[in-house]
Amino acid sequence: MPGLEDLYREIILDHYRSPRNRGELPVPPATKSEGFNPLCGDEVILFLDVDPTSNVVRDLKIEGQGCSISQASSSMMSAAVKGKPVAEARALIRAFKALMSIHESKLDGEVDPSDGSDLSADLDGVRLGDLEALQGVVKFPVRIKCATLAWNTLQQGLDEFAGEPAVN
Amino acid sequence: MTRALDVERIKADFPILQHKVNGKQLVYLDSASSSQKPNAVLDAMDNCYRNYFANVHRGVYAIAEESTAAFEAARAKVARFVNANATREIVFVRNATEAINLVAYSWARANLGAGDVIVLTQMEHHANVVPWHILAAERGVELRWIPLTRDFRLDLTDLDRLLDGAKLLAVSSMSNVLGTINDIRPLADAAHAAGAHVLVDACQSVPHLPCDVQAWNADFIAFSSHKMLGPTGIGALWARAELLEAMPPFLGGGEMIRDVRLDGFTPNELPWKFEAGTPPIVEAIGFGAAVDYLDALGIEAVRAHERALAGYALTALDERFGDNLTIYGPRDVDTRGGAISFLFEGIHAHDISQVVDEEAVCVRAGHHCAKPLMRVLGVPATTRASFYVYNDEADADALVDALAKAEKFFAV
Repeated sequence: MPGLEDLYREIILDHYRSPRNRGELPVPPATKSEGFNPLCGDEVILFLDVDPTSNVVRDLKIEGQGCSISQASSSMMSAAVKGKPVAEARALIRAFKALMSIHESKLDGEVDPSDGSDLSADLDGVRLGDLEALQGVVKFPVRIKCATLAWNTLQQGLDEFAGEPAVN
Repeated sequence: MTRALDVERIKADFPILQHKVNGKQLVYLDSASSSQKPNAVLDAMDNCYRNYFANVHRGVYAIAEESTAAFEAARAKVARFVNANATREIVFVRNATEAINLVAYSWARANLGAGDVIVLTQMEHHANVVPWHILAAERGVELRWIPLTRDFRLDLTDLDRLLDGAKLLAVSSMSNVLGTINDIRPLADAAHAAGAHVLVDACQSVPHLPCDVQAWNADFIAFSSHKMLGPTGIGALWARAELLEAMPPFLGGGEMIRDVRLDGFTPNELPWKFEAGTPPIVEAIGFGAAVDYLDALGIEAVRAHERALAGYALTALDERFGDNLTIYGPRDVDTRGGAISFLFEGIHAHDISQVVDEEAVCVRAGHHCAKPLMRVLGVPATTRASFYVYNDEADADALVDALAKAEKFFAV
């Protein structure tokens, strides 16, 4: 039986209590993407500003509300992605989903309750750093959607910037 | 405090309450979502499957007659429990949601068209919202909403104006979020005076309060077995016989017909006209056993117990947490049930629910399938503790202690 300390690691509570990159950005040049978790009412509103010449995430801000996991994950995502090239941000999305035992080869949204044994293959050399603190969420399957909400919203935002239809 | 119910004895009737979770005694406070089941229900269902199971209304052999008799006896018990005028006014459905959809697809589609008005309230469960949204989009029906007062009751100031020209008033008899009990009779009288029919989503009140459909003077009443100690997969629609007679069938198939020809069919009599296909036979028998169990406790005693327990819990929450905790629902226990929704300042309902689960306390967190109400309240989610016959003050104390732990855990 996993304990609370697996879920609520200190760094997660820190991001929840003091969220990074809160606020809004002017649209345009930024894009605005909204993510909802209909189960619990979590909401992430992402303002994303990508430099079109360098393809770097120049700035991003987060609004919205929700549980500690969804909001901490949003904050940690924003810190991890800010200043990174888009390709690196996309690699982080894939790696984070792999951390949540969601693999690209599986049907969208399908959760594999495995022990993450093929994690290293999906991580593909990406360093998750602080984000690894969220791995404990996997032991609480109903909370995985809370943790992935910000990352799905980031994916929407990047797709929108690239002119692709947002895939949810 | 005087006890209307012998809770210690009742707890012993529920096998799941003997279980431990995380090495701790289970404290089940989510009965507004679904209740636990006593041995009497489990045994009645098991006994049917083991000893006399057969399809109903078909075979002429002994066990088929026995299962048919038990199935129809369950209907009679349910009819008596809500004081229906006749047993044939009880239609077995999957749950209250299906009962409301039956009315929306059969009665409403035969009687409502573009420009007609349905009046709802802002405290309705999605089950009594979405079927009407679907109808509104399909037929151009207008939906009007009875607002709430600041103390979480229906604001009836403009009721006459809202009901003007309405064909249906669809209202909950007790809010699954706020616990508010709505007084149905005056609402039904006002609706009828305006020429509207009345549908009551009674799935939160029938398990907890005396229900007299004749005294309510409603036209349709929907409720579910699983919230009243019975199994999932069965519920009931009560409607006045003359309305059911006039309504077109809902689902077509076996059982619901008297005759089928190459060029058409003749529907069966009530209530089977609305029961296409093999029904949930064993579930109905379990539903009947649940009604017997509640009858033996006495629904008046159930109400008295929950009234006292809600008062105890509200006071305990106030005393321990003061202004850090906001309760969304009336404080007057005479007009509220045992569902108590609340929010801690700065702590999300999901996080609260997760931490109290460590103490084996089961509460619901989320929007409770009442997102329009959540928007009116201006909150994304609440935590809800709901009490039933097998809960006592010790369970309320366990809730308060577990919440104190959660508050400390998330303290800034």
